[in-house]
Amino acid sequence: MSAQPQSRQGTRESPAWSGAEAGSPTALGTAALIPVAGAPVTSPAGYQAHGATSAGRYRSPGRAFHGNWLRLVSLIAFIGLWQLLSSTGVLPPSKLVSPATIARTAYNLVVTSSPTYGTLQGSLLISAERWAIGLSLGVAIAVLLAVVTGLSRIAEATLDPIVQALRSIPLLGVLPLFIVWFGIGELPKDLIVLLGALFPMYVNTFAGIRGVDPKLRELGQVLGLSRRELVTRIVLPGALPMAFSGLRLSVVSSLLALVVGEQINANAGLGFMITTAQQFLENNIIMVCLIVYAILGLLADAAVRVLERKALAWRHEFVQ
Amino acid sequence: MAPRIRAVTPGDESASFDGAPGGQAAASVRGLTRRFGGRVVLDTLDLDIGRGEFVAMIGRSGSGKSTLLRALAGLDRDVTGSLEVPGTVAVAFQEPRLVPWQRVLANVALGLRVPEPGRAAADALDEVGLTERATAWPLTLSGGEAQRASLARALVRSPSLLLLDEPFSALDALTRISMHRLVLTLWERHRPAVLLVTHDVDEALALADRVLVLRDGRIAHSSTISVPRPRDRDHPSLTALRLRLLTELGVPAEATA
Repeated sequence: MSAQPQSRQGTRESPAWSGAEAGSPTALGTAALIPVAGAPVTSPAGYQAHGATSAGRYRSPGRAFHGNWLRLVSLIAFIGLWQLLSSTGVLPPSKLVSPATIARTAYNLVVTSSPTYGTLQGSLLISAERWAIGLSLGVAIAVLLAVVTGLSRIAEATLDPIVQALRSIPLLGVLPLFIVWFGIGELPKDLIVLLGALFPMYVNTFAGIRGVDPKLRELGQVLGLSRRELVTRIVLPGALPMAFSGLRLSVVSSLLALVVGEQINANAGLGFMITTAQQFLENNIIMVCLIVYAILGLLADAAVRVLERKALAWRHEFVQ
Repeated sequence: MAPRIRAVTPGDESASFDGAPGGQAAASVRGLTRRFGGRVVLDTLDLDIGRGEFVAMIGRSGSGKSTLLRALAGLDRDVTGSLEVPGTVAVAFQEPRLVPWQRVLANVALGLRVPEPGRAAADALDEVGLTERATAWPLTLSGGEAQRASLARALVRSPSLLLLDEPFSALDALTRISMHRLVLTLWERHRPAVLLVTHDVDEALALADRVLVLRDGRIAHSSTISVPRPRDRDHPSLTALRLRLLTELGVPAEATA
């Protein structure tokens, strides 16, 4: 065995050793000084196979399937029970109207324009517009702010305390002030939605930017990335998962701001319908509006999740 | 106190070196010192790495191996002494450090300044046998695949000095053996100078032209290995050197019997 490498010596083209003893191929520097004498060779540390690490906790697809059915059945059963309690008079309509009444009310509000309320879709459109304006502007401003403060310590020291101070003011508490400042038009409503969207988005995006693995920043340095490349290829994509968490929170908190904001001094929209219905004790209409708000929230959350799946494909393909 | 000197950038080919062009070193370190607080991690260390030379550096944890490598990579600006690396430096880290949101090919091409970065990256992936994973997301790669991608990303830059920071230590034994072969093949083809930092004496013996033992922030031992590759693990010279190195590392033969 031990003679083998030496016999190879002749056939093999000797590489250009830059070591000192290139002239004597079998010499081994200082090693020759050491007695060999059959000493045991230590097994090098770290030569263990890692194959045994088990991660196997797979949920069977069959069970997930049944779970989804159960969820649906449970929901239908809940609505059925509610209807039953209403039909038998256990739940008085003055407190809680039946699902059937809610459906009928919704249908009537869609097909006929009432002189008091207008149509449901008309109100929905107005509310959705307020939400879209407020949410998109709020998110855009939050991202801009977070990028600036996230990338620059000076900007952080300058702007972050202001944002944090404003964030500590209860959002819905400033509504009366907004009405004093901006009247009862669309502006104060858009603004309150904007602020509702701004803070969660800002906080999460900022944390995402600062949380990017410093080892990846170091890698960028080793690869000679320019500052611009570092930001666009490493830092911002790395902040995206947190930014999406922020977006989902912003959707929820801006919807809350919308619901409250448009119930005060409104003359159109879902909030206006609710406050008017409250005066006439028409809680069936209030219920319809609440359900529409809920559907709006669910749709928006689903849209964000679809967007997230696309943007963070690198993560989802891994997680399955 | 010696002045702080950064790694010389690729443009500075004129960086002063005495002697003939053939004798120009891939890296030249003089009196390199690094302190963390009061602790001296590198203590006036001198090191030359010849062009195309494969150097392995072993040492116990905390001996300063990684600190030296980071200094050579230009990642540590708080070293004192002189440090000259006249050429491109590439690093393969212990964790492959692939950017998770860039596909494998884009990872290899990241920051690459050549006319056709995509093509060069594809060729590099081909060299490490990873062509079919070019469009995969890094998180879906196995440990060995990820390290091969990391190697491709380092080599595609045609470095004159390739720094390997324990790149095989997290791999299983079989994958590690095939990675050793791959590294040798790539090194023989491209001939960068290599500084391999490792805990593994056998790895150093299998791969390197010269093995250094780092202890207390200085090079405590240096051996040249001229056994041709591929090397038989049981070659008497290697067996002798293994014992010597283990002794240098504080694990003498008696203790392991």
